[in-house]
Amino acid sequence: MTAAAELTTALGAQWPGITERPSLDHPAFDVPLDSLVAVLRHLRDSQGYDFLADITAVDWKDRTPRFTVVYHLFSTTHHNYVRIAADCAGDTVNPEAPSIVELWPGANWHERECFDMMGVKFLGHPDLRRILMWDGYPYFPLRKEFPLAGIETVLPDDEIAAVTGEPVRPAPMAGGPFVATPGLLVSENEPRAKDESWNERKAKPDA
Amino acid sequence: MPKEISIPDTGARVAMATHDFDTEKLELNIGPSHPSTHGVLRLKVELDGEIVTKCDPVIGYLHRGDEKIAENMTYNQFVPYTDRLDYIAPLANNVAYALAVEKLAKLETPERCQAIRLLICELARISSHLLGIGAFAMDVGAFTVFLFTFEEREKLYRLFEELTGARFTTSYTRIGGLQRDIPEGWLERVSAFCEQFLPIIEESDKLLLRNKIWMDRTEGVGVISKEDAIAYGLTGPNLRASGVALDLRKDKPYLGYERFEFDVPVGTRGDSYDRYICRIEEMRQSVRIIRQLIPNFPGGAWYAEDAKRIFAPPKARVLTKMEELIQNFMIVTEGPQMPAGEVYFEAENPKGILGFYIVSKGGGVPWRLKIRSPSFCNLSILPKVCVGSMISDVTAILGSFDFVMGECDR
Repeated sequence: MTAAAELTTALGAQWPGITERPSLDHPAFDVPLDSLVAVLRHLRDSQGYDFLADITAVDWKDRTPRFTVVYHLFSTTHHNYVRIAADCAGDTVNPEAPSIVELWPGANWHERECFDMMGVKFLGHPDLRRILMWDGYPYFPLRKEFPLAGIETVLPDDEIAAVTGEPVRPAPMAGGPFVATPGLLVSENEPRAKDESWNERKAKPDA
Repeated sequence: MPKEISIPDTGARVAMATHDFDTEKLELNIGPSHPSTHGVLRLKVELDGEIVTKCDPVIGYLHRGDEKIAENMTYNQFVPYTDRLDYIAPLANNVAYALAVEKLAKLETPERCQAIRLLICELARISSHLLGIGAFAMDVGAFTVFLFTFEEREKLYRLFEELTGARFTTSYTRIGGLQRDIPEGWLERVSAFCEQFLPIIEESDKLLLRNKIWMDRTEGVGVISKEDAIAYGLTGPNLRASGVALDLRKDKPYLGYERFEFDVPVGTRGDSYDRYICRIEEMRQSVRIIRQLIPNFPGGAWYAEDAKRIFAPPKARVLTKMEELIQNFMIVTEGPQMPAGEVYFEAENPKGILGFYIVSKGGGVPWRLKIRSPSFCNLSILPKVCVGSMISDVTAILGSFDFVMGECDR
């Protein structure tokens, strides 16, 4: 029996809700959200997956549940990976998942990043602040509806914003290499992010 | 607040003053623009006298949204963005990214392609560690080493420029191959570099290894236990200095690393001194790998010739043959065609483990591309490590971590 099959039996016996997840490389499992922490703890303590490589989330856009959190674990003893995925609770705007900072303190920053970029709320996280964007930033940039160019917002520093009167502007996209919508042929798509209001010959409207 | 005391006798005044001396904690901002933060890391430090009582790293000053950008372009178009992750070792990032996408495509590149990739990965490791050690030594006051290592790094960049056309932003790999084959005589020049490089490494090492000031500044500073290192997800020399022999080149070999003999240096105490020793030894091991590789350098194709929907053919053929012209056109406009599915690939980069998690719905553009960057994980232990150390040791700890903010903030 291979290592992957053994893992499937071991997890399936204890948590019947677990299903195998289609994967092109490592063993992967879909785990119900309520048994997620217990499964990860079991993997860490009994299966030797002691190294938390990564936490991230995927936005599926039109699917319900919309967000999936994905964990990659590695073993420093038998050198195998496992991927654990769980669909988030909550609605499409406020997805929720349990925090695993008590299992791996290194999860702290990963979960903060995931919250910052995707807006997944990790319940029980000791300090769920933004990490890459500034405190008070109103959007979650890695969600699919967020445009590549960005959305105009106020500057993070109130004083500078008051003196300059300038907002944070979306990036100019004319001539950029951004041409595609994922999952479709590029040739069949209109440029999604291209800003047609200015180009090399026509000046930028507010310049 | 200092109290005003009106006692005529000076001795009594001093006694009173020290007795009633109020202390308060000082909050200090280090960075985001500070020489020891190697980029734009900002530390909010709370000090009790000279002792750090709290440390809160503020990152994101170099956040460019690489993951968002990746979702909006074809796989090959993202290669230049990988240069700008760990911009001290761009070649290693290029290779790690190409390997991740090729894993998605289940594509094996020919032996020569793999050998070139392995060679540039090791050269990138040497150049990254040269900077890491030079800057670390300079941070704690040993300026000479910096001059030695930067001269060697310059020689390497000359080799990189000859190979890729650029010193820093190399963008050398393509999905399924490389930008081009190695130039004539380049391997001999790499060999020559390695020969003259080893004595200089010994010389730099001599300047530091038993240097009293260096040892005082680094020994026992920023100690990380084995358990903490694993729990916080540290990788690379920072993890191995704490006594965990985790090196993906040995444990999960890719690019044929299993065919080469090399040792993985492991520390015992997990302090800044051990992190230095691990890096300098890794450079010697990299030279050892290169010396085994170059005499038996494989010939043949340097890109996957049968991957017609992934790798664009060489230009000479595109301009003369109809089929290749169409192939080139399709790959440039629609991107290398990938199957639907998920992969996660990690490579042992100079700074630690760089991982790419790709979710594909098919076609030439990823649905989601997550970058697991080693510097991000390595820095997450700072709030724990810095507490209790002197403010001057924070500089030494930062230097010993050898992080790059381009990769941390993405």
